[in-house]
Amino acid sequence: MFYIHCPYCGEYRGEEEFSPKGEAHITRPADPDGCSDEEWGSYLFFRQNPRGVHHELWVHTLGCRKFFNITRHTVSYEIFETYRMGEQPKVTEQSLAEALNKTRKEESV
Amino acid sequence: MSDTSCASVATFDTCPDVSIPMESPLSVAVNQVSMSTPAPAVSQESQVQFEEKPFLGHLILRGSAMVLGEAVSEVLGVSLPSQPLGLVFDASGQRSVQWLSPDEWLVIVPSGEEFELENRLREVLGAAHFAIVNVSGGQTLIELSGDKARELLMKSVTYDVHPSNFPVGKAVSVAFAKASAILRRPSETRYELVLRRSFADYCYRWLVDAGEDYGLGVTR
Ligand SMILES: [Zn+2]
Repeated sequence: MFYIHCPYCGEYRGEEEFSPKGEAHITRPADPDGCSDEEWGSYLFFRQNPRGVHHELWVHTLGCRKFFNITRHTVSYEIFETYRMGEQPKVTEQSLAEALNKTRKEESV
Repeated sequence: MSDTSCASVATFDTCPDVSIPMESPLSVAVNQVSMSTPAPAVSQESQVQFEEKPFLGHLILRGSAMVLGEAVSEVLGVSLPSQPLGLVFDASGQRSVQWLSPDEWLVIVPSGEEFELENRLREVLGAAHFAIVNVSGGQTLIELSGDKARELLMKSVTYDVHPSNFPVGKAVSVAFAKASAILRRPSETRYELVLRRSFADYCYRWLVDAGEDYGLGVTR
């Protein structure tokens, strides 16, 4: 069982208390009437499906019932971080690649 | 029943007249002794005691901690637990306030006090941005005590109930035997569960079954 850190409860809880809600950081267009069908369609229906780092929306269903974000690896299932609504992720595909490059350089020295 | 209105909100006393018999979510399972599954009695061998505390007043408060904090300390005389998973009692130990989420608290008071409390809170809070919902009819509180109460919980929840992780004054909303329940630690020797009405019978039966090893007895 995964233990997931709820940023609102402030502690790790069993995965059975949580529900995934898909991709995070999807912003509703400010002017829906001004959207083309394509823009509105991609807002409503189209989602990323990356092989690697993914930022996801989760909810602590059986706990505090708050939504929050998880940065997760879709292959290894590793959870890099959890963060509150309105915050930005610290771990991204880019930050991981940079960290990896840094360790490789250090090792080759 | 009496109708009162505070600001623009109409409130009403959900307690029925005394002429109408009240039934707690567990009254059938616990009190009306069924021939097939009678509630196990408390005996010398009972290492866990189960007792329902029916008909308590349960109020859900929603709003910011700043706004609610002042009103709660003025009306109830306890400070609102602003830290996650906090549970505080008043001096008598009869009234409690529990953190449920960053903008939500559960207040439990003795039976019949909830309507007056709700109205007084509404008065004090005035035009502030808040919500109070009386959920007394939707849930019930049960108490587990005895030497093996913690071991019984360990069979029922994945949450770590070891004293180092679950000290007195902590309350968590968790998965309990695949249902949801609020688990509270009011004192060293007792645990409390707040059960939803629709899950109460199931959770009761689960506890009676899981508690058989410890001679669980039901106080009536
Ligand atoms: Zn939580």
